[in-house]
Amino acid sequence: MSAAAIEATGLGKRYRKKGRWALRDCSFRVPAGRVCALVGPNGAGKSTLLAQAAGLLPVSEGSMRVLGERPGDARDRVAYVAQDKPLYGQLTIGETLRMGHELNPGRWDAETAERIVAEGRLDPAVRVRTLSGGQRTRVALALALGKRPELMLLDEPMADLDPLARHQLMGTLMAEAATHDTTVVISSHILTELEDTCDFLLLVDGGHIRLGGETEDLLTAHTLVTGHVRDLAPHTVVESRTTGRQLTALIRPEGPVDDDWGTLHPSLEDLLLAHLRSPDAPVLLTPSAEQSGRTAVTA
Amino acid sequence: MIEFRIDRRSGIATYLQIVQQTKQALRLGLLEPGDKLPTAREVVEATAINPNTVLKAYRELEREGLAEGRRGLGTFVRGTLGGDSADHRALRAELRAELAAWSERARAGGLEKDDVTALFTSVVDEHFDRQDNTDHQKQGDPS
Repeated sequence: MSAAAIEATGLGKRYRKKGRWALRDCSFRVPAGRVCALVGPNGAGKSTLLAQAAGLLPVSEGSMRVLGERPGDARDRVAYVAQDKPLYGQLTIGETLRMGHELNPGRWDAETAERIVAEGRLDPAVRVRTLSGGQRTRVALALALGKRPELMLLDEPMADLDPLARHQLMGTLMAEAATHDTTVVISSHILTELEDTCDFLLLVDGGHIRLGGETEDLLTAHTLVTGHVRDLAPHTVVESRTTGRQLTALIRPEGPVDDDWGTLHPSLEDLLLAHLRSPDAPVLLTPSAEQSGRTAVTA
Repeated sequence: MIEFRIDRRSGIATYLQIVQQTKQALRLGLLEPGDKLPTAREVVEATAINPNTVLKAYRELEREGLAEGRRGLGTFVRGTLGGDSADHRALRAELRAELAAWSERARAGGLEKDDVTALFTSVVDEHFDRQDNTDHQKQGDPS
């Protein structure tokens, strides 16, 4: 089995003692070299999970390994771009990149970082505090990519970018990932943004992992069926709706599906929406997303 | 070199769009044996799709004998499609002229473009064995 970029066992987090659990019972792995979409509704626990993997938020229960180490220990090989893109407002863009250089001795890729800034037609002499939201995002991504990390954790990175910048930066991100075999985890609540980009998916909902695995495997594990209303056993039903005599359902087939059902391959969006509408649908992790079961060291 | 265009609304799997566009370029002579296909990095930089999708498309082209990967050098066009002999070229030109006349007759007779396309597709489907049309069978394959 390939190495894991992130591995969690029974991971849980609450921000206050006796408070609400932001994450609970999360066990999963993200294999190295994947581009993983971390999706789920607002407040699902996506940002909590990313901040924990970055080593910036202590784990309340369970454990987590990042690149084979305790989250904070892998920090020099991990880049994390938080949702609010924290940068030093009084520094210029050029100084910010120099800071990246100084803080990452031996790994800094100045050429890549400078190219990303230049592609946005940003003047290195301009102070960060004067930048627009989208421009800050570009600088934050330049800093993250310049670090040439083994794992990139990006929390809603594309939200304030215009379509051109989004396409350009996503292209740059994919190109860097392809060249250096970087693992990328990107959170978003807009799935269509990530559909062509990710090859791995984690669906977080209400603090739990609902789906995890290769997008291709997750898609082939499901079928959309339509036909006359009747029992769908032995298949696992994720969601079903009846309109008059017609039944439409998203199922996980257990064995062949009867010929008289009309069947369709669901899109990733069909899959996610059906799961979000049906909180009781059973969890599905494909083998590559299941944590290996080996006793992890408690973080 | 070829540039791929990814149509997100086409409903066709992304890797298959790359396969089909490569084949189309071969048919039209835009790509010839020995030509280098763009690297995965070049494709994803331009299209923002996942690198594995490009690699999957190239594996499929290799499997069909249309491309070959050379270690450290890239992926190169190997085969040709639809025959590339002088005979085939002449036949294609001839058929194209007949088809142009046929289409003009359909248009003059008041048929809609969709009617004509459907008619053409159904006749082609009747005359060509579906088994060698792997593209068609795989359109539902998600990835």
